[in-house]
Amino acid sequence: MPNFIMSYLGSTVTPGEAGNQFWALIYVLIIFAGVSLAVVAMNWFERKALAHFQIRLGPMRVGPHGLLQPIADAIKLMLKEDIIPAEADQFVFWIAPLIGLLAAFTVYIVIPFGPSQAVSDMNIGVLFMLGVSSLGVLGIVVAGWASNSHYPLIGALRSSAQMVSYEVAMGLAVVSAVLMTSMKTGTGTLSMIGIVESQQQQGIWFIFKFFPLGFIAFVCFVIAMIAETNRAPFDMAEAESELTAGYHTEYSGLRWSLFMLAEYAAMIAVSSIAVTLWLGGWLRPFPNLLQAPTWDFIFSLFPGLTFGALTAIAVIGVVRMPVHSYFKVQRIGLAVFAALLGFIALVLLVIAIAGRSSDSTVAARLREGIDYVYWFLLKVAFFMYLFIWLRATWPRYRFDQLMRVGWKVLLPITLVVLILTAIVGVIVS
Amino acid sequence: MTDPRALSPLDLETPEKPYLDSNELIINMGPQHPATHGVLRVILKLDGEKVLGTECVIGYLHRGVEKIAENRTYAMFNPYVDRMDYVAAVSNGLGYCEAVEKLLNVEAPPRADYIRVILTELNRMASHQLWLGTHALDIGAMTPLFYTFRDREEILKIFEKYCGARLTTHAFRIGGCLYETYAGFEKDVKNFLMFVAPKIDEYEELLTTNRIWLERTKNVGVISGEDCVALGVTGPVLRASGVEWDLRKAQPYAAYSKFDFEIPTGENGDTYDRYLVRMEEMRQSLRIIEQAVNSIPEGPIMAKVPKVIKPPVGEIYHSIEAPKGELGYFIVSDGSTQPYRVRVRPPSFVNLQALDRMVRGLLVADVIAVIGTIDIVLGEVDR
Repeated sequence: MPNFIMSYLGSTVTPGEAGNQFWALIYVLIIFAGVSLAVVAMNWFERKALAHFQIRLGPMRVGPHGLLQPIADAIKLMLKEDIIPAEADQFVFWIAPLIGLLAAFTVYIVIPFGPSQAVSDMNIGVLFMLGVSSLGVLGIVVAGWASNSHYPLIGALRSSAQMVSYEVAMGLAVVSAVLMTSMKTGTGTLSMIGIVESQQQQGIWFIFKFFPLGFIAFVCFVIAMIAETNRAPFDMAEAESELTAGYHTEYSGLRWSLFMLAEYAAMIAVSSIAVTLWLGGWLRPFPNLLQAPTWDFIFSLFPGLTFGALTAIAVIGVVRMPVHSYFKVQRIGLAVFAALLGFIALVLLVIAIAGRSSDSTVAARLREGIDYVYWFLLKVAFFMYLFIWLRATWPRYRFDQLMRVGWKVLLPITLVVLILTAIVGVIVS
Repeated sequence: MTDPRALSPLDLETPEKPYLDSNELIINMGPQHPATHGVLRVILKLDGEKVLGTECVIGYLHRGVEKIAENRTYAMFNPYVDRMDYVAAVSNGLGYCEAVEKLLNVEAPPRADYIRVILTELNRMASHQLWLGTHALDIGAMTPLFYTFRDREEILKIFEKYCGARLTTHAFRIGGCLYETYAGFEKDVKNFLMFVAPKIDEYEELLTTNRIWLERTKNVGVISGEDCVALGVTGPVLRASGVEWDLRKAQPYAAYSKFDFEIPTGENGDTYDRYLVRMEEMRQSLRIIEQAVNSIPEGPIMAKVPKVIKPPVGEIYHSIEAPKGELGYFIVSDGSTQPYRVRVRPPSFVNLQALDRMVRGLLVADVIAVIGTIDIVLGEVDR
């Protein structure tokens, strides 16, 4: 068995490519668990960050600094009564959150966390991603319709119109990135891994390619992806102050939490796509310029150091906790959490140092894998912060203005960028 | 221009087809809704998202305040008026006390007038801050709400120190004020002025030039000055439509004639202008408070008022400029210790009549924006 694992760790292709169904299954499970955990973490982080934007503290009571709040919320939601309105279409009402959830999670199949750290490397990866992620709208439409109620119906109509129209701009922005992959080799690729690899070969992230063309396409994609995931300032579909809760007004308990899970999973998914297409995916900063093994070593220390910094923050939290018997349990809890973070930091550092010397050892492969995933997740985390930042800052667009931005602003811009990219590409090559 | 009073009422009969088959949709917005500022119920008739017409159903917070007055003595009724517009309780008390004083033919001493002006203007600030926060929240901006509530807290602290209550203050009595200012009152107020002036700029920084805010508020809920006058709309809504009418200048009461301030007016009468007018009003309030604090006279704070208030037979209408518009009290006295009839002219109630005029032809999202911009308090609408 250990040999089997070791042999896999030495592999340089994705399980899908190797045809190894067992490893693919393991990957799927890891991704499912990881994304669910990320959603929980994101939930906590969003509430805390939003609170600090708004001169509040956010959750503070359940666990130290509210760290256990998402878990408490999850338990509460699971124990709540599951209400299905009498007039609702029961089966469709039941299946709607699952559709959204499936669509959000299926996208992860093609997302490359590293050159071999993906479930499968499809040669039509981008197409698959666009197709599956746009299926998410089906869940929302169906939920709004099945509720048989006015507010959800309006919410569902809004979000379907919104998602369909932003899909176009999003697709065009993606195509301009795909065009860029054909620059050096002459043949472009739709494979997500291929796109990152061609960024490495061309020695430039596509966000900086043909400046400012790549950048404009990137910004258009980011706007479209925020609209696509129904987040502020485009959260028309749930628009709390207008439609109470939009398409999930009639949902409660676990079903409602599935919608939330789907929304956050979709947010992470589209951010991963943006990272893959424009920000060099798993590539660390300057992979070509600073190529020496010393640089490799320095950059491979980053994961450990990040966790070290988190440990330090947690330790400061322990020290600053008021000295009072009320805070005793919280202090112990935070100390345990800090110890956990510190342990992870230590393990990561040990792996980084152990994997330094040779290329063939398992430790070296492990170190590489951790590096890839780390840089990828760091970039995704930036987008997650962006989502919260926008939510705290901006008012909500009105529905007609949103459509105008989609059709009259984003669509022409992405079209022009696409054409210019093609022209510049031909001239350069 | 059509007469705003002649807008056809809504045809709310059950449509022939079930709602999924027909283009028209009738939606109940409220009384349980996150953005109708309380228990307002608005029946919307929609064509898709376009509003064909609205009908307000009010009365969910009706407490019969006017009827209660007939069974209370004049002094006993005083705290009840605080519960009408509970975010601007001081203004309500001022209007009622002055109306009864007029009926009794007594005048509050100058020092009491100054204290009244300071507290009323502080309350106008508080009311506008609360309006700004909730209005921004309605339009989707979460953060200003917390900023305005943080700063409103300082005003409430001053109220609490002055009279022990934060919201329903019952600060004034018939004939003047019951409480002398506490030691350090003037310093507190001055500190507050220093504290809040940059905060108003901070709110403006968040919203005034924000593109989305501009798009959501410009040319939304437009109402002309003539329409406002025809409907009896007063306050910032009227002034934003270009009519320079402020009772503090037009019929000065309390000590307002002694202060130098301007009446901000708008041009277009849209939601954005109403926003700007209220922001400017906050600054003007600061000016008034500053002048009042610096020139507050010494002297008694209570006029000579009989222990048992028995106004002569007669009637009186007295109105003041509350934060939301003209707040009037019509009191009929039959010579006994209890009023024969009290009728309140609440600004929110009258202003709410303009809702239908403002939102026809707009979208659902605009209805929320317009309800916010009229600045209603349901306690006052329903009384």
